[in-house]
Amino acid sequence: MRLATALALCLLATPTLAQPRSGYDDSGPQVRAMQDDDTANPAFLWVQQGETLWSTPAGTAQKSCADCHGPATTLRGAAARYPTYDLTRRRPLALAQRINACRTDHPAAPALPPESDALLGLTAYVALQSRGLPLAVDPTGPNAPFVEAGKTFFTTRQGQLNMSCANCHEDRAGHRLGGALIPEGHANGYPEYRLEWQKIGSFPRRLRACLTGVRAEPLPPDSPEATSLELYLAVRARGLKVETPAVRP
Amino acid sequence: MLSRRLLLAGATLLPLAPGHASATPADVAAAIQALTKGAPLHPGRVKLDIPLLVENGNAVAMTVAVADPLPPAERVLSLHVFAQANPLPNVIHAFFGPRSAAPRLSTRIRLATSQTVIAVAACADGTFWTDNIELLVTLAACIDEI
Amino acid sequence: MARPLINIPKRVKRGDAFEIRVLISHPMESGQRRDEVGKVVPRDIINSFFCTYGGEEVFRAELFPAISANPYFAFSARAVETGLITLSWTDDQGVSGFETVEITVE
Repeated sequence: MRLATALALCLLATPTLAQPRSGYDDSGPQVRAMQDDDTANPAFLWVQQGETLWSTPAGTAQKSCADCHGPATTLRGAAARYPTYDLTRRRPLALAQRINACRTDHPAAPALPPESDALLGLTAYVALQSRGLPLAVDPTGPNAPFVEAGKTFFTTRQGQLNMSCANCHEDRAGHRLGGALIPEGHANGYPEYRLEWQKIGSFPRRLRACLTGVRAEPLPPDSPEATSLELYLAVRARGLKVETPAVRP
Repeated sequence: MLSRRLLLAGATLLPLAPGHASATPADVAAAIQALTKGAPLHPGRVKLDIPLLVENGNAVAMTVAVADPLPPAERVLSLHVFAQANPLPNVIHAFFGPRSAAPRLSTRIRLATSQTVIAVAACADGTFWTDNIELLVTLAACIDEI
Repeated sequence: MARPLINIPKRVKRGDAFEIRVLISHPMESGQRRDEVGKVVPRDIINSFFCTYGGEEVFRAELFPAISANPYFAFSARAVETGLITLSWTDDQGVSGFETVEITVE
């Protein structure tokens, strides 16, 4: 028991990155300019949809998010704490999963499909309320074993190319892959607009691209491994602020 | 180890390979000719503003403008932009009407590869003015197909 | 499709220039991409865009596949009179968008 506590404390006490560096700082001036201007950031097309959905009644109870939560500004700070452990489901939930859990539990509305414009818009709108706030995911308590699982995933080699996330995003962060600068791989701006995708997308979408990139089996939608990884990444990125909706190359 | 690097390097080239032809400087010259109908192209007046090093060709911020106010007889009627190595030569044709305050447009364009981008301004007195920029486009390495 | 984002000041001084910014939701499918089975994804782009103010033309553009997805335009107009600014566009499928914004000139 004491050994486990000591190990847990070791995990929490030694940050893997002395000073995390946001993907924003690794992006060129053009991309940064797009992120800084809410009138030119294409992600706001989806945020606008999310704003509409916030007040749209849904489900058998015909309730909207606003009916329980009031204005979205009341959720300021919420996104900064996600992913986090859900007592009912007994596992961590990412923000998008929490939104769907709310929808199915309360107005008994159907869950929004993963990666749908509606879910991305609503998630981005909620996360926007926490923009500028430092990430505040709790690494202790029920989250702890999932943070550990996420760290294991991050440092385990996989796929035909036999590479781990850490091989690129820690060992070679700041170096180049092809023409692109390798960022540290923080997930503090999701859902984000990627020029690559020409639309907004979630962290699991980005993760799928990384996994197929090393020729590993991509994770299914809403997989617990992806959520544990996202939880570990949020702990690893402590010090960075929520940037949703970010713009990345 | 070498094969891994080759595989990753190859991934950057694949999306450019789909077998479509690229426009050539001759295509752009023909498109400009269709616009000017043989009138000479004078360098100057119009300014094309695009970063010289483009990190991602999907959404490149571009401003094309004629900054100095001109007398009404010479006012700018339209601005035209062409790309020499995109699949197609035309990028945009912009026309400025009576309620426009200035012949200036900012937008975001796609650039397939490193190339020269050309702007042409058509003025009310029948003259044509041009500017061009030669830029480098570096593409993202891990291009996801999903 | 999602509603466009339009940024135009509500009140402008007579004679001043003011900026009009539009961000339209559209994939601007270039016709150059191929899908997972190798078939060309057909071109579908917004091909024309118009802006009028008080019935007079401010700006008009003919667009090509080189315009990025979710097209963004910023251009300027001269404040002449209180009135309606209209923004309209059409894509290759014939789907069109139309928005109006009231502007007060003092």
